[in-house]
Amino acid sequence: MGGFSYHRRSKQIIATFSGFEADLLRSLASQLVELLRNEVAAPAESDDPLEALLDFSGPTTEPEDPVLKRLFPSAYGDDAEAAGEFRRFTEGGLRDGKARAASTIIDSLEEAGLPPELDEDGLVIDVELSIGDAEAWMRSFTDIRLALATRLGVEEGDEDFWDSLPENDPAGQVYGIYQWVGILQETIVESLVAAS
Amino acid sequence: MSTPSPVELDEPEVDDLVAPATPWVTIVWNDPVNLMSYVTFVFQKYFGYSKKKSEKLMMEVHNDGKSAVSSGSREEMERDVQAMHEYGLWATLEKQD
Repeated sequence: MGGFSYHRRSKQIIATFSGFEADLLRSLASQLVELLRNEVAAPAESDDPLEALLDFSGPTTEPEDPVLKRLFPSAYGDDAEAAGEFRRFTEGGLRDGKARAASTIIDSLEEAGLPPELDEDGLVIDVELSIGDAEAWMRSFTDIRLALATRLGVEEGDEDFWDSLPENDPAGQVYGIYQWVGILQETIVESLVAAS
Repeated sequence: MSTPSPVELDEPEVDDLVAPATPWVTIVWNDPVNLMSYVTFVFQKYFGYSKKKSEKLMMEVHNDGKSAVSSGSREEMERDVQAMHEYGLWATLEKQD
């Protein structure tokens, strides 16, 4: 599990995953796409039914889901109206961009040979990313980590708590995945710095 | 040859023109998730800041809980906040004090 490195001759950012690791990354990226598409970016309720039906431009209120709330935070701390307008014009595009970046992870893994159903042992997936695709992976790893951390309730400086959990604790296992994606992200950042 | 006839215009109110040049700022807030290296990279990549300046801003976010990372018109700051949200950073805009 060495993470990513920059391959100077091919100008690609490369990594090798086991079939299990690649399948796990695909599963995380797929869940993110589903979440982004699932809770519909519905416009705010309006007193005027005609206005409500014609307003399909975007949502003006914060998403219900805590993960989506973190992915699309309020842009104005103390001005709900301005925040709603900002959200109306940005959230749809932000959702699409994040879903596209997560899809890049899925596509890269499958192009590298990850089958639709992982059913063989000893599979090795060599991923070779262009700089642009590596940046998409890097951004999407942020979204995946924000999603995992929000679900877990990760807080500043609580590493000792997570490390103290017994090995079979599901939350501890998810935290391990969260940390692993963090290490992968760190190596993508290092590779992009080396490439620039 | 002709010269366009001058159009009478109302004199603009001078008061409207002396607003400060950069009255809005983009604030990035600390969160327990984003990696220090990543935040520095985003500041370099998106704003075109030097590594030194980007690291300084990142450390402000980390130590003080927030940092004003850019300033400009309201429209410019909305663009910057949107970009920060694309990168998963928690950002808001506000009027400069």
